[in-house]
Amino acid sequence: MTAAFGALGRPVLQALAALGRVALFAASVLGHILRPPFYLRELGLAVLQIGWFSLPVVGLTAIFTGGALALQIYAGGSRFNAESVVPSIVAIGMTRELGPVLGGLMVAARVASSIAAEIGTMKVTEQIDALVTLSTNPLKYLAVPRVLAATLAMPVLVAAGDAIGIMGGWLVGITRLDFNSAAYLKNTVDFLEGWDVGSGLVKGAVFGFIVALMGCYHGMNSARGAQGVGAATKAAVVSASVLILAANYVLTEVFFTT
Amino acid sequence: MIELREVHKHFGANRVLQGVNLTVASGSSMVIIGGSGTGKSVLLKCILGLVRHDSGAITLDGQDVTAGDRDAFLSRFGMLFQGGALFDSLRVWENVAFRLVRGARPLPKAQAREVAVEKLRRVGLKPEVADLYPAELSGGMQKRVGLARAIAAEPEIIFFDEPTTGLDPIMAGVINELIREIVTEMGATAMTITHDMTSVRAIADNVAMLHGGVIRWTGPVSELDRTPDAYVQQFIHGRAEGPIESVR
Repeated sequence: MTAAFGALGRPVLQALAALGRVALFAASVLGHILRPPFYLRELGLAVLQIGWFSLPVVGLTAIFTGGALALQIYAGGSRFNAESVVPSIVAIGMTRELGPVLGGLMVAARVASSIAAEIGTMKVTEQIDALVTLSTNPLKYLAVPRVLAATLAMPVLVAAGDAIGIMGGWLVGITRLDFNSAAYLKNTVDFLEGWDVGSGLVKGAVFGFIVALMGCYHGMNSARGAQGVGAATKAAVVSASVLILAANYVLTEVFFTT
Repeated sequence: MIELREVHKHFGANRVLQGVNLTVASGSSMVIIGGSGTGKSVLLKCILGLVRHDSGAITLDGQDVTAGDRDAFLSRFGMLFQGGALFDSLRVWENVAFRLVRGARPLPKAQAREVAVEKLRRVGLKPEVADLYPAELSGGMQKRVGLARAIAAEPEIIFFDEPTTGLDPIMAGVINELIREIVTEMGATAMTITHDMTSVRAIADNVAMLHGGVIRWTGPVSELDRTPDAYVQQFIHGRAEGPIESVR
């Protein structure tokens, strides 16, 4: 009986301890954001790496998702003679949910893995120790610029993804579903509200924070050797993806049911 | 002066340091020898605060190293890491000038670059190397860049972690000579850890042997060959037979 409780309790305690460590790490990163020194060069490079270079993958994801969404809504809507809702539902679906969530997941795959691998390699090659001996706080130099950059860049990526996704729906609408181009666009603009877009951008900022935080946390806690860096990279992508989906549910509850 | 008194450190069940006592006089060059896994690197990292010791006291000029202004403390140190630990994303000169362009009194970029190029010249590297990335350098050149970075801010104390590991004998000799020259010319206190007996004889004023978590023997380098200590004799002559187990 005791053994059974032990087997059940150990993973729960381990999970709680891990959650506590991540929370402390996040608090520490947030605490350093407003305190000097500020590494603006590193912030600029991180914005370029995380934001600009993620644009192609986010754009491609969005355009295919928007197109597929239009086809699905048309197929579903035709059962109730409601094909005309395609533009508005594509717009709402992209801005509220699919833009931020799929964008976040794609950025998690691209950025969390790269941050964890880079920082993990720096750890195993003693570059992080070297930073300390050069009177530089590794958290401030490595984690803060990346977390800040991802939090700022992700809403911009989501906005771009929203626009591209809606365009994907429009392209499919006018070429495959016989919609009139002007009517499709008018329907999209008329139906879309500011908060549909705004809530997605807020979600984007939260997902960006999660992605970079997980990359930095797992990189800095990487075990030794190639296997350790590999495990840290995998953990960063998995944890960032799961946390994005969990945070999406919580934010949706907060934004749209209260 | 660096003093360690009864310093203990363990990792899980592995008691690495079990009461280390050691004094390193200012301006002297202390080399710590000992087998692989005996805790030599851990000892250096405890002094720098990269690893927190469990108990005992580590002082620098009488001040506890774990207390006081950490930045001011670290600004007195330079360190050459075993693998160089150069920052891949930065050019060679940016690595060397890393401390110079940051901190309380940062130098302008152009001036920091000049200092970096001068330090690179001091370690026998041409100015053209300054704009390369670390990945474009050989192992020996990376060690020299690491050395240039360690001395860039002219620290009072320099640590060298296995400075010649992985280098051919000629390059190892060059690094040994550079370390000796730089330490003498800067009047710095040096602590080096190495298995390389050629390095020991080239670099050391004093030698300490770490074994079983304690300093087994310490004395001037001139006494090293004459000591009757069986552990030291086995180690410096590289014998498989003796009190140090060859399978650890």
